[in-house]
Amino acid sequence: MSSSETEITSFHQQWTRPHLLGLEELSAEELTLILNQAAELKRQTNQCKTKISLLQGVTIANLFFENSTRTRTSFSLAARRLGADTIDFSSSGSSLSKGETFIDTAKNIEAMGVDLIVVRHRSPGAPHLLAQNVRCGILNAGDGPHEHPTQGLLDIFSIRERLGRIEGLTVALVGDIAFSRTARSNIWGLQKLGAHVILCGPSTLVSRDWEKVGVEVCHDLDSILHRVDVLNLLRIQFERQATRPFPSVHEYAWLYAMNRRRMALAKPDILIMAPGPINRGVELTPDVADGSHSIILDQVTNGVAVRMAALWLIAQRNQELVPSQT
Amino acid sequence: MAQMADVLIRGGRIIDPGRGLDAVSDLLVLDGRIAELRPEITLPENFRKVIEIDATDKLVSPGFLDLHTHLREPGREEEETIASGTAAALAGGFTSIVCMPDTDPPIDSPAAVEFIRLQADRANHCNVHVLANVSKAGKGEELAEIGQLVEAGAVGFSDATQPIQNANLMRRALEYCLMFDRPIFNVPDVQELSGSGIMHEGMTSMLLGLPGIPAAAETVMVGRDIILSELTGGKIHLQNLSVAESVELLRRAKSRNALVTADICPQHFTLTDESLRSFESNLKVRPPLRSANDVTACIGGLQDGTIDCIVSGHSPLAIEKKMQELDQAPFGMVGLETVLPLVITELIRPGHLSWLDALAKLTCNPARVLGSDRGSLEPGAIADITIVDPEAAWQIDAGNFVSLSRNTPFHGKSVYGKVEKVFVQGELRFNSTERRTMDV
Repeated sequence: MSSSETEITSFHQQWTRPHLLGLEELSAEELTLILNQAAELKRQTNQCKTKISLLQGVTIANLFFENSTRTRTSFSLAARRLGADTIDFSSSGSSLSKGETFIDTAKNIEAMGVDLIVVRHRSPGAPHLLAQNVRCGILNAGDGPHEHPTQGLLDIFSIRERLGRIEGLTVALVGDIAFSRTARSNIWGLQKLGAHVILCGPSTLVSRDWEKVGVEVCHDLDSILHRVDVLNLLRIQFERQATRPFPSVHEYAWLYAMNRRRMALAKPDILIMAPGPINRGVELTPDVADGSHSIILDQVTNGVAVRMAALWLIAQRNQELVPSQT
Repeated sequence: MAQMADVLIRGGRIIDPGRGLDAVSDLLVLDGRIAELRPEITLPENFRKVIEIDATDKLVSPGFLDLHTHLREPGREEEETIASGTAAALAGGFTSIVCMPDTDPPIDSPAAVEFIRLQADRANHCNVHVLANVSKAGKGEELAEIGQLVEAGAVGFSDATQPIQNANLMRRALEYCLMFDRPIFNVPDVQELSGSGIMHEGMTSMLLGLPGIPAAAETVMVGRDIILSELTGGKIHLQNLSVAESVELLRRAKSRNALVTADICPQHFTLTDESLRSFESNLKVRPPLRSANDVTACIGGLQDGTIDCIVSGHSPLAIEKKMQELDQAPFGMVGLETVLPLVITELIRPGHLSWLDALAKLTCNPARVLGSDRGSLEPGAIADITIVDPEAAWQIDAGNFVSLSRNTPFHGKSVYGKVEKVFVQGELRFNSTERRTMDV
C-alpha cells in the first residue's frame, strides 16, 4: 500500500454513516472529515482530472426523478474517477406514470446489482424513504427544498480552499431561501463549522423564523455588504413557487442582483459564489459572475472532489460492497 | 355469535354522561331497551331467561357514536367496506357511526343514501347514519336535493373532505336546512391559503422544506362559518378542529349561544408537527398535525366544553397509496379502533378530563349534534352499550385491526383501556374474547 493510499484510508475508519441524507444531522467532526477526504482525493486525482481505482467493481446508480444536468454529471464523473461503474435512471415526471411506485423503481435498480444509489427527488424525505426500504447506501442529491448535502459541502469546501478556514467568517446566502435546499445544507454546515450566516432576500422568501436557529435575517442587501466575507447567490426557484413571491424579476434584480454598484459597497476581498445554474442578470450581472471575485467555476470542480469523498466514505461504510479492500 | 336481547350486567361502574351519572350498579336490558338501573337487581323467580354478565371493575357506558367515518363503499372497497368499517367501529366501542359522502359515486341522491343503509342492515354490525353531500356531486357549486335526501334518511350534509369554499353556498345550505332541522358539517380550510401544503406551516415545515398549511387556513373559515350560522340561524358542526385560534373563536361564539358545535380527532390532541421529521406518511393528515401550543389549546377546548365531540376521522387508505413520497401520499389515518385507548391514555389518565367528561364527547354530545335518541342509559333508551376494561395495558398493533386498512402512526404505541363487549339494541355484537371469529 502506498503512502497516499494510507492517507486516504485513514479517513474512512472514522466514518460510520451508511447514507448521506443531509448536513443537519452531521457533526463538525464528520463535516471536516469529508472535507479533508475531498481535499486528499482532489490532490490524488490531479485536480479531479485523472482516475484512481478505489471503487473498482462498485456500481453506482444515479436515480434522478427531477431534472438535473450539473449534479448528475458531477456524481457520474466522481464515480468514474474512482473507477466505479455508473448507470443513469432519469424520470422527470412522476414515478407513477408507468404505474410503478418510486420505491419499486429503486428496488428494481438495486436488484440489478447496484451498490450505491444517488437520488434526486422533488419531494422532501424521498431519500429517507428509500433508505428505509433498500439495503444499499443512499446519497441525497437534492430532495425538494429540503437538503442538498453535497452542494453544501462543495460550497464550504470552496470557501475553505480559498480562505483557509470557515470559523469566524461571515457568509451571506442571498435570494430564494424558502425553496432552496442549497440554503438549508449551507446553513447547517456553515454554522457547525463556526461561520456567522446571514440570510438575505425578500420577506416572502426569507422567514424571520430562521432567527430561531441562530442565523441573521436581513432584507436589505446593501446594508450588509461591508461586513460579508462570502456571498452565495441562490437561484430563484421559479418552478417550485405556486404564486410568485415578488412582483417581477425586474424588481427582484433591482433589490438583490449583485452588480457593479453593489460590488463597490462590498469588502475588497469578498468571494462571490453561486450554486448554479445561474440566471445572469437576475441574481448577478455577467461582469460579477465572470469577475475576479467569482469562484463559481471552482465550485464546479470541487463538486467532483466532494462527491468522490462522499461516495468513497459511504461505500467503505458498507464495506462488503468493496471487493478488493484487504 | 350469541344474540341476546335480555341481559343483566352486574356490578359495573355505570357512566351515563347525559345525566352526570357515575356509580356502581347493575343494569338490566329487556327487549333491546334499558329496563332498570340500580344496585343488586334481583329478578323474580320464574322470570324469563336473562343472560348475566359480570362487569366488576369494568366501565359500562352508552355505546359510542362517531361523527366522522369514511366507509369507502361504494368505490374503494379495497380500503374499507360498509361491513368491514362497521365491524371496526364495534371493535372500537362505537355502536353508531356517521359515514361521509365522499364515495364513488358520491352520496348525493336518495338511491345512494338507501344503498348505504341497506348495506349497513345486511352487515348488521353497528348503526350507520348517512351524511349526504350538501352540493351536487360534492362539487361545491349547487345545492344537492337536500329535501329528498332527508326523506331517504340523511342525518346531515357536508362535502366530506372538500371544505365548502363558496361562502354563498354555505349560507344557502344553512338557510335551506332550517326547513329540515339538519346540521351542516364542514372541515374548515380556506384552500387559497392551504394550497398544496403537506404539513402545518411552522418551524418544522421551514426546516424540512415541506410546503406548509398555515393555521389561518382553518381559523379564517371557522370565523366565516360562525358568522354565517349566526346570520341564518342554521346549525353548523365544525369538523377536525386543530388550531388554538379556532378554539378561541368558537369559545366566544358559544358564549353568544351560537348554534355551532365542533369535534376533534385524537391525533390533534396527541401529536405535533415535529413528528413529521421522520417523513412518515401516516402522519400526513388533514388538517395537519399542529404545534404543541395548538395541542394544549385543543385540550383546553375539550376541558371547558368548547369542543363538543371526539371523533375517529377514520380514513382508510391502501398501503400502496401511503407507501409513497410524502407529496404523493394521500392525507388521512384510520381511527375507529384507537380512539378509546388514546382518550384514556392521553386525556383521562393525565387528568385532563374526567371519565364523565371524556365519555360525554363520545356519547351524548354527538347524539345531540345529530338529534339522535341514542347515547344514553336512561330506562327506556335503546340498549346500545359499550363495556370497557379501563386498566388493560396493551400495545396498538395495526396488524390486528378489524378495518381493512392499516394506515396509523400509532402502531406500537403503549396504551391503556380496551373495549370488552359491545351491545347494539341489547344484542352482543362484539366480544373481545372472540373477536378473531367475528364475521367481517
